[in-house]
Amino acid sequence: MKLPNINKKRILTLLRDGKRLDGRKPFELRDISIETGVSINAEGTSRVKIGKTEVVVGVKMDVQEPYPDHENEGTMITSMEFSPAAGERWEGGPPGMDSIEIARVVDRGIRESGFIDWKKLCIKEGEKVWSVLIDIYCINDDGNAMDASALGAIAALKLARFPVYDEKEEKVKFGEFTDKPLPLTEKLPLTLTFHKIGDKLIIDPNRDEEDSGEARITIAVSSVKKEKMINAMQKGGITPFTIEEMEKIIEETEKAYDKIFAEIEKKIKHVTK
Amino acid sequence: MPYTKRPDKRKFDELRPIKAEVGVIPNADGSALFAFGETVAIAAVYGPKPLHPQHMQEPDRGIIRCNYNMLPFSVTERARPGPNRRSKEISMVAGNALASVVDLTRFPGTVIDVEIIILQANASTRCAGINAAAMALAHAGIVMKEMVSSVSIGKIDDKIVMDLIKEEEDHEEGEGATDIPFTMTSRTHQITHLQLDGRIQTHRFKEATEAAKEACKKILKYQERALKGEKIDETK
Repeated sequence: MKLPNINKKRILTLLRDGKRLDGRKPFELRDISIETGVSINAEGTSRVKIGKTEVVVGVKMDVQEPYPDHENEGTMITSMEFSPAAGERWEGGPPGMDSIEIARVVDRGIRESGFIDWKKLCIKEGEKVWSVLIDIYCINDDGNAMDASALGAIAALKLARFPVYDEKEEKVKFGEFTDKPLPLTEKLPLTLTFHKIGDKLIIDPNRDEEDSGEARITIAVSSVKKEKMINAMQKGGITPFTIEEMEKIIEETEKAYDKIFAEIEKKIKHVTK
Repeated sequence: MPYTKRPDKRKFDELRPIKAEVGVIPNADGSALFAFGETVAIAAVYGPKPLHPQHMQEPDRGIIRCNYNMLPFSVTERARPGPNRRSKEISMVAGNALASVVDLTRFPGTVIDVEIIILQANASTRCAGINAAAMALAHAGIVMKEMVSSVSIGKIDDKIVMDLIKEEEDHEEGEGATDIPFTMTSRTHQITHLQLDGRIQTHRFKEATEAAKEACKKILKYQERALKGEKIDETK
């Protein structure tokens, strides 16, 4: 969907003075809220809002055969969809490129960070391992569904617990849950998305900014003993970034990670109570 | 075992605790949440808007395009994402239940999109979805001749009961379980949606209809209160 040029012009004019349409500074995130309790039938759920963008996420678990090249490790599948409820532009049908890209970047961020201890998801080497199924639905889209999806997935994983597994019958007893949380590590991956509008950079774009942006970069970053690790990156759009711009983005990523890490941990802890 | 008590201790003519609220999806022209106990549905309405492709347009009226989507994690065993035969059928009957009260002749050539999302399921999901969708249409300011309310009436063994839960749907002893989802209009109590699955004596069907009428009257009150801005949550 193309915005009238006038909107983009306004966004750019404001950005030249370091301002944004919604009153934020260029590297300021919108308010984040984290809730749970979307479905009692899931192993873990979350409802995450970044500004007006809202996602609901469910984690389901099942027992499957491992992949032949990782016989003692659990598996994970991440799916993402924009519900037609999310906004005028989203229509039904199989997931489009936007949804697929989000699912894949979220998946890579979680997978590569080492946030999940895969070996602890092994039941019987080469035969049976736990599979983690993450389903993400954006139900209101006001831009940056990428970061909302990633955060929603992390929150749902943190809030998840194993279902009951009947060892004799070698079957999951769906609908019955244990108190045992998933084997997660400290390496919590957060995803941050930047847009380039004209020659200006911003973090956490809203819908209007996303429509005006020429290029996008998403970075999934985790932290190991105060050292930050980039676990996934994805550039979108045709317009290139300069090396200096990328350096600035990395710098702002580090700052934003520190700023929201504690906040998010606190919010997730708060909902578990 | 004869069926004398409901598994959740409700009276036979008692609904589960209800949640009802409008405006849950800011982007939509109208939206609502409706829950019967553990069954939670949200609905979003977009439109009326021009219908594309153009050959699908009706020159003398608008159409309602309804989509029912049960999220994979709404049920205990993950449901495969995307449409299936069941969801397509429910989308159709829900759309028809709503279309009968919307004055579609006012919007020729247009479409009203109604998206129903089931977040958490414990039976009666289509009924919760239709209730939410009807509220979302009203919330969007779309002209309706009447409101609609939806409820599942059951015959469990030989008892007529309101608002089934999964455990009741699966009842096998005695005469077994019959599930009858109804949708009725608010003033003239016409049936705009009716399905049945099970076995019920013809002479007892009237009891089911009466129960549906009573239940829909109760549900309507919640829908009206929510549309006036109240956030109803009896589950707390």
